[in-house]
Amino acid sequence: MTCRHPAEAGPSRRGFLAGGGALIVSFSLLPRFAAAQAAGQTGPALPGSLAKFPMLDSWVRIDANGAITVFTGKAELGQGIKTALIQLAAEELIVTTEAIDLVTADTARTPDEGYTAGSHSMQDSGTAIRNAAAQARALLIDAAATRLQVPGDKLRAENGMVIAEDGRQLRYGELVGDQILHVQASPQSVFVDPSRYRFIGKPVPRVDIPAKVTGGIAFIQDMRLPNMAHARLVRPPSYGATLSRLDTAAVEHLPGVIKIVRDGSYLAVIAEQEYQAIVAMRALETAAHWDEKPGLPDSATLFDTLAGLPAQQVPVRDDPIAIPPNARIVEASYRRAYHMHGSIGPSCAIGLSENGALTVWTHAQGVFPLRAALTELTGLPRDKVRCIHVQGSGCYGHNGADDAGADAALLALALPGRPVRVQWMREQEHIWEPYGSAMLTKARAALSPEHQIIAWDYTVRSSTHATRPGGAGNLMPAWYREKPLTQPVPKPLPLPEGGGHRNAAPIYTIPSARVMYEFMPAMPLRVSALRGLGAYMNVFSIESFMDELAQAAGLDPVDFRLNHLSDPRAREVVTRAAERFGWLGFSRTPGTGRGFGFARYKNLAAYLAVAVEVAVDRESGQVRMVRAAAAVDSGEAVNPDGIANQIEGSILQSASWTLYESVAFDRTRIASRDWSSYPIMRFPAVPDRIEVQVVERPGEPFLGTGEAAQGPTAAAVANAVADAIGVRLRDIPLSPAQVKAAIGV
Amino acid sequence: MITLLVNSALHKLDIDPATPLLYALRNDLSLNGAKFGCGLGQCGACTVLVDHEPVYACLTPVAALEGRPILTIEGLAENDKPSPLQQAFIDEQAAQCGYCTAGMVMRAQALLDHNSIPTEAEIRAYMEPNLCRCGTQVRVVRAIRRASQPAREAAEASLPR
Amino acid sequence: MRLLRFGLCFAVLLLVAAAFFVVLSRQPVIAGVEAPPRSAFDQTLIEKGAKLAAIGNCYSCHTTRGKADYSGSRAIPTPFGTIFSANITPAPGTGIGRWPEEAFRRAMREGISRRGEHLFPAFPYDHYARLTDDDLHALYAFLMTRTPVESFTPRNALPFPLNKRWPLAFWNVAFLDKTPFQPNPQQSDAWNRGAYLVAGLGHCGDCHTPRNLFSAEESSRPLEGGAESEGWVGPALNTASPAPVPWDEAHLFTYLRHGWADQHGAAAGPMQPVVTALARADDADIHAMATYLAAQQGPVSTERQQRASAALARAAEVKPPAPAAGEELGATIFAGACASCHTGSAAMVPPHGINLALSSALYQPEPTNAIQFVLRGVQPSGERSGPLMPRFADTFTDAQMAALLRYLRAHYATAPPWHSLESKIRDLRQRKGPL
Repeated sequence: MTCRHPAEAGPSRRGFLAGGGALIVSFSLLPRFAAAQAAGQTGPALPGSLAKFPMLDSWVRIDANGAITVFTGKAELGQGIKTALIQLAAEELIVTTEAIDLVTADTARTPDEGYTAGSHSMQDSGTAIRNAAAQARALLIDAAATRLQVPGDKLRAENGMVIAEDGRQLRYGELVGDQILHVQASPQSVFVDPSRYRFIGKPVPRVDIPAKVTGGIAFIQDMRLPNMAHARLVRPPSYGATLSRLDTAAVEHLPGVIKIVRDGSYLAVIAEQEYQAIVAMRALETAAHWDEKPGLPDSATLFDTLAGLPAQQVPVRDDPIAIPPNARIVEASYRRAYHMHGSIGPSCAIGLSENGALTVWTHAQGVFPLRAALTELTGLPRDKVRCIHVQGSGCYGHNGADDAGADAALLALALPGRPVRVQWMREQEHIWEPYGSAMLTKARAALSPEHQIIAWDYTVRSSTHATRPGGAGNLMPAWYREKPLTQPVPKPLPLPEGGGHRNAAPIYTIPSARVMYEFMPAMPLRVSALRGLGAYMNVFSIESFMDELAQAAGLDPVDFRLNHLSDPRAREVVTRAAERFGWLGFSRTPGTGRGFGFARYKNLAAYLAVAVEVAVDRESGQVRMVRAAAAVDSGEAVNPDGIANQIEGSILQSASWTLYESVAFDRTRIASRDWSSYPIMRFPAVPDRIEVQVVERPGEPFLGTGEAAQGPTAAAVANAVADAIGVRLRDIPLSPAQVKAAIGV
Repeated sequence: MITLLVNSALHKLDIDPATPLLYALRNDLSLNGAKFGCGLGQCGACTVLVDHEPVYACLTPVAALEGRPILTIEGLAENDKPSPLQQAFIDEQAAQCGYCTAGMVMRAQALLDHNSIPTEAEIRAYMEPNLCRCGTQVRVVRAIRRASQPAREAAEASLPR
Repeated sequence: MRLLRFGLCFAVLLLVAAAFFVVLSRQPVIAGVEAPPRSAFDQTLIEKGAKLAAIGNCYSCHTTRGKADYSGSRAIPTPFGTIFSANITPAPGTGIGRWPEEAFRRAMREGISRRGEHLFPAFPYDHYARLTDDDLHALYAFLMTRTPVESFTPRNALPFPLNKRWPLAFWNVAFLDKTPFQPNPQQSDAWNRGAYLVAGLGHCGDCHTPRNLFSAEESSRPLEGGAESEGWVGPALNTASPAPVPWDEAHLFTYLRHGWADQHGAAAGPMQPVVTALARADDADIHAMATYLAAQQGPVSTERQQRASAALARAAEVKPPAPAAGEELGATIFAGACASCHTGSAAMVPPHGINLALSSALYQPEPTNAIQFVLRGVQPSGERSGPLMPRFADTFTDAQMAALLRYLRAHYATAPPWHSLESKIRDLRQRKGPL
């Protein structure tokens, strides 16, 4: 427990570790939120999440001894959001980052900011906290002005104090009486001038990293509550399998077994010690007999099956299209396999049912939606269910976290009075997590004799990208209970952000375009949100197609893009990525190639361009990304190194998806059940270097960044492979077999 | 009774001798560094050093550890100060979610113990068993190189001019 | 010991026949030519050559990791020392760019380089002697159309007199059978194709046939189980096969195609690159090899059938067998380290490992392969899917590993104990290769 950053050792963490001590305090805060919510409905348009929670003290509280607590409804997923939010609060309150205690997503304590997803945290919560902190500072100065009888502009805030020119000073704690922060926010704030920034735009080290490199308590998996019992699940071997026969006699008497929980086909065991739970789980697995049905499509003809499924037509853009006779037509279609989130740590949760109330510690991305789902699942009243976010392993979207939360709830209710920790096994995470949907796209475009795109026709077909709980029907454990819930039929997510049609509309200047989303309500495999949603495939398709068009036009791919880009911020990232990569001076040795990709995430968030070099092994068909250079415009960059870290990771993860990954299955079972059957990038394949340039935009609104590189990287890799081997590959993953078939002998 | 020598301290544990070290460390000794990732020896999140070599704690029964020194990430720091390798990970901000990080640090420590000036290729080859899903590998390699920098400089300084 | 014995015999023979062989060993130089352009070869011929090269697995020995394909220099460990593989890209200086097809044919069949030097029989020309002219033509077309890369081959690390090439003339006279492949009209086409591939290009006997004092394969005992190569032992593929459940065509096909078979386990050690290379061979050829190899198993006797049934019954047991007194450590190690993958179901379906009652390695007369599995595991290369077993070399001491293997041998294979397990483990730990 060395090297803990002070902000990490704050009361929030001590609170939950002490086991419920904080519960009483926190629940008393609930009515104030209700009031705040009501006020929000009549207030003016406020920035970020202030619109929903306009009271300043929903976000910033200062107690009489000066301790500052900042609240966010967003969660730390490993993306570094805590650090960035602390930077913002410290900047605007003019204190050190160590002075800020940040409380993250907790249904009893923080505002409801929905899911921590879609690269929204800085836009929503960052904006709210920054404004709230700046307005809190202004109120503190006002209060001091009154007390010291000097005009506010003769006072300055510094290090937790308001100081007058004559040297008189008042601590923040002395100024916060009368609930001065319990007021509604105003739409405008006076921010610290960029020339005086101490934290914004600086690579402030992440507050959570010291604990992670020294073995401190950092994850939900590390939480140990007093008297905690350990549970393991016995999952069905395939979707829809039912438990037909089970003799538990041999398991009941195994050492440490407290209880075997069976509810229909839902099966789990609770034991005193973790390894005892595992031994009992293995014994239960062999004692359980299942009826299975072959309900999966034939993986060999998956895309034919998907092409034939009923779909709802959702128009994204529908211009009248007229193609002059002298135009040149280019067409292509692309396909993408199912991909996994593949968190390194399988999902985990802790449940405690005590005195009629249920608390679930979870690494779900949305504690409030999860609470709603658990309320429905358990039948408990809403005020008796509390969900507290504790960081888990990186999730990259909707993985098993919510389901594990449901497991913890059900098992805690089965063993009241004791905290029950449930930890999924590796194969359970692999088999049961909701994947990123397989997708098909078709692109067709007309080029004028001047090599400009004059018409564009694009179709994307996909299952949903959103089956997050909101309703309990999306919680997998609910499907297998004696009284099962069925999964609701999904609906397409609305634009402008969209789901499968996220980034389906091209950002390029094209006079007439038709873009159609074919939304398949069916889910042959369980699917939900995976980093970038449809943007990964749409950007892959559009940016691959841009290269195909550039080739047809006989133009350099970067020039061709610039010829169709008018937004100066877009042009800047494209130009900077190309320059940093050395696009023009690239020397192509045999087996190597360069590729480019660009997108503005969701067409409204961060701009990102990336150029990559790949090397193709002729004999095996294996592709390796050798290096990458990216430029990103995230609006005002609060923590440039945090952004760079996210982009580097996004580039590596996307390269792994694009080159190596696809979920394997037979007609009954998922066959990708561990890292040997679902391989991901390992160290020797990691690029020699990745350079990320963060464009400086002081004062500009934050633009979501965490998912921005997924699509551009995929396209850049495919474009580089095409450049290296002279053949265009349009199916993800660009497997060695595909490469080998393309290059022949 | 099983006796384990963890981070130079002896611990007596009354547990099933087949219990993998991972659970003994985390649950009985409250050493959270080693993580459960796969339980199959495929991802390296549970890596600790036994007899100075990296092993998968998830597949090492405590019965095999009597009298063998075990080093976990909690044992790297001296006087509450991060070790040079840990500091290098902090300096390079070589983590995102950080779930794999402790395993990475331990394997890297074993590499540096054997080879204080590893080449880039040696680092990549040695680190192959450890997976990271957030994509921090480039930074991990940088952190290992940074930690080896003093040894590299010392070796260069000792070269005849 | 073996080396010494071999050296002595060799020396005596050398004295007697030295002069004669010096004369005999001289082979003519074949004049170099300009490397033929790619257009000199038909595309379908190159493709045929590629598939044959996959069966011969030329790649494995002639490529060093991280260097250009087929540019050689890979260190091949032999009982006599280290031999470095040749550059077989069509590079004119250091590769085979100046080799006319005649020289290539002679090298493949007789082990003589273009310059007339004898090649060491680590290069299995004793097998390639079976190849048809057509197949050699296709292989030539394939190799001459690879990317030429100049790369010098390091000098072999062999002790005198084994580093001399002229004595190999004697070896060739004594052991090289130049007879082309003779089909057996009694057998099916698939059998004959399989026999041709197994004996010829596939050079299966290289690892799976016992060798004599002079390191030549014993032609009277084909596929009867090899000596150690690269630290592993090629198990018998004939009636002496240690597999508890006799191999059949279907399982052999799956094994050669995917690197594992549910009743037999995973390809490991030097067999792993063989399977990787075979991925590019035609299904028909893999079927042919499986057909021929299955036939070598001989008719399954009642006794073998009973042994198979017993093994399958042991494999179906849910619980690991109870240890006898003194075997507790082995059983405990199994429970903590192996059970999560190797119990729960009888047959292997990755990621679920083989039930050890079906693992051939535990039934082999020598513990070598079983030890190697535990020491080195099974690692797929790169980001390929395939069976993966972690290495346990650093997890267990020699004594602990021996305790584990004693328990497994006694209760899963129900076979008599192996001798000198600990010293064998110690010995295999020291071997080169990825640990």
